[in-house]
Amino acid sequence: MVRRMKTNRTNFRLPLVPYSLWIILFVIAPIGLIVYYSFFDLGGNFTLSNYSNFFTSVYLQLTVSSFWYAFLITFFSLLIAYPTAYFLTKLKHKQLWLLLIIIPSWINLLLKTYAFIGLMGLYGPINAALEAFGIGKHQILFTDFSFVFVSVYIFIPFMILPIFNALDKLNPALIDASRDLGANAWTTFTRVIWPLTLNGVKSGIQVVFIPALSLFMITRLIAGNRVITLGTAIEQQFLVTQNWGMGSTIAVFLILFMVVILLLTTANERGMAGSGKKR
Amino acid sequence: MKSLIRGALLIIIAAAVLMIVNAQLAKSGAQAGGNTLTVYNWGEYIDPDLIKQFEKETGINVIYETFDSNEGMMGKIEQGGTSYDITVPSEYMVEMMRKKDLLIPLDYSKIPNMKNIDPYFEDLPFDPKNKYSIPYFWGTLGIAYNPSLLEGQTFESWDDVWDPSLKQEVVLVDSAREVIGMGLNSLGYSLNSTDPRELREATDKLKTLSPNIKAVIGDEVTQMMMNNEAAVSLIWSGQAADMMSENEDITYVVPEEGSNLWFDNIVIPRTVKNIDGAYKFIDFMLRPEVAAQNADYVGYSTPNLKALDFMDPEVTSDERYYPDEEARGHLEVYKDLGLEMLGFYNELFLEFKMDMK
Repeated sequence: MVRRMKTNRTNFRLPLVPYSLWIILFVIAPIGLIVYYSFFDLGGNFTLSNYSNFFTSVYLQLTVSSFWYAFLITFFSLLIAYPTAYFLTKLKHKQLWLLLIIIPSWINLLLKTYAFIGLMGLYGPINAALEAFGIGKHQILFTDFSFVFVSVYIFIPFMILPIFNALDKLNPALIDASRDLGANAWTTFTRVIWPLTLNGVKSGIQVVFIPALSLFMITRLIAGNRVITLGTAIEQQFLVTQNWGMGSTIAVFLILFMVVILLLTTANERGMAGSGKKR
Repeated sequence: MKSLIRGALLIIIAAAVLMIVNAQLAKSGAQAGGNTLTVYNWGEYIDPDLIKQFEKETGINVIYETFDSNEGMMGKIEQGGTSYDITVPSEYMVEMMRKKDLLIPLDYSKIPNMKNIDPYFEDLPFDPKNKYSIPYFWGTLGIAYNPSLLEGQTFESWDDVWDPSLKQEVVLVDSAREVIGMGLNSLGYSLNSTDPRELREATDKLKTLSPNIKAVIGDEVTQMMMNNEAAVSLIWSGQAADMMSENEDITYVVPEEGSNLWFDNIVIPRTVKNIDGAYKFIDFMLRPEVAAQNADYVGYSTPNLKALDFMDPEVTSDERYYPDEEARGHLEVYKDLGLEMLGFYNELFLEFKMDMK
């Protein structure tokens, strides 16, 4: 008996070895290095000045503007993705349609971005169309609009997928029941469909908001550096000023922000599920 | 259970293999042996026919690798494990690499063609007596503009860029020293200023430029100017030459207050394996005919005085590329200001970019 239990325990621990190795080598070690570097100045001396430097107006302003744009991108992605996902589930060949929406995300990000430079240029097809309609040429590239538009375009598939899965798993009988009990379409949506797909929405928000916080290439190519995010600052610290300490410090804050967002979205989720069960 | 141990081993082996591959990649040119020469240069910065000619003449096999930033290049050399025989840093990077002891002093008895270099470009402050470096190309920073898209504006002075009629027309390069430098130049300060008050003043002046700025971008500037997407840009002379070769409307000017004079220089880094080959290559590139052909291909200005005789007089008499001595007097070469100061420049630049809404 005793012997058997022992083997059981080793059996239980052994499967963890590859995973923990993986996590130590490729997750914990890199994050540890970032934290480690963030405590050194240019001369390689131990310092906390990088952290105090982060709380100066330049970086705080950067943080606020990063959050604002990430919020806009997430908001518009959700606004478009939710109805799209909803109608997708109603279609006959929904998996095929879903695939068609996912395919653009297989194309390299840089290529898509360059394509938009051509499309939105002064002599590009969008302006040609505007002119044909008598609206006239407009500067589209290098505006807040172009930045949010292109980012939303890039992130939409990632928002649609989890919402589609949540909607697809929704038991249609629940909607019928809600209707039978006299709820109109709006009440059915707000009281039944939305709460039951909230988890999909939350994972959608996570996969869009978090990367949107640190976008950097699109800020230059599409927004002409009129939009500056924490990602831009990190790139500059590492590649131009070679100040790895400051670059790492910004990265540490970015990680902290992401942890907070993850906690916020998952904590609510658990609370919801718990209270749901009790009732 | 065995499969799990195997799994763990697999990950360790994978990590080890990755490290070995990385080390192998780092020394890519290392198969070198006696008869290869690894040249580490900027992209599109040499006429490929010249490499073939050099290989034919000497029997040395040239491996040509490219980089796109001085800092990235230095990083690879500093790390070691590479075997670059020749590289081409800009002047401030020569200074930095010299301080870090990454360069080998040149033996001029092996470079007789050094005599062809214009004495004006010898013995510059970033490398006294050319102990480590020989100028490869040089140029200026100025304004490329397209008069056909403008209403008669000219750019004799940097202040002309601030003209209210240029609303949303100006494109700047995404580079701190160049943009802050424009502010400093327009106020009559030195491009190598380390005075926080002057730098603050320059940044504040640049902030007033924001209504005129269309974008701050990288190499895409060239394409945008060629396609008439932008009318005015702050750009280096070589890129301006590229624009002009595609779009004849564009012209280039260095405002009279002065600007930056830059050099890219041939050096032999510490990582050298084939030092004789490196000297042969340098001497080859300094031949007047070779330097002329290279300048024709690349489009930048050559410091090789004898080479000018082999070039189109229309180009060599063009003040925009070969300014006379008087105009050169207003130009200033960047000094290595140290990482602290570079960081300060970049913080001001970030502040300027954030203000640009």
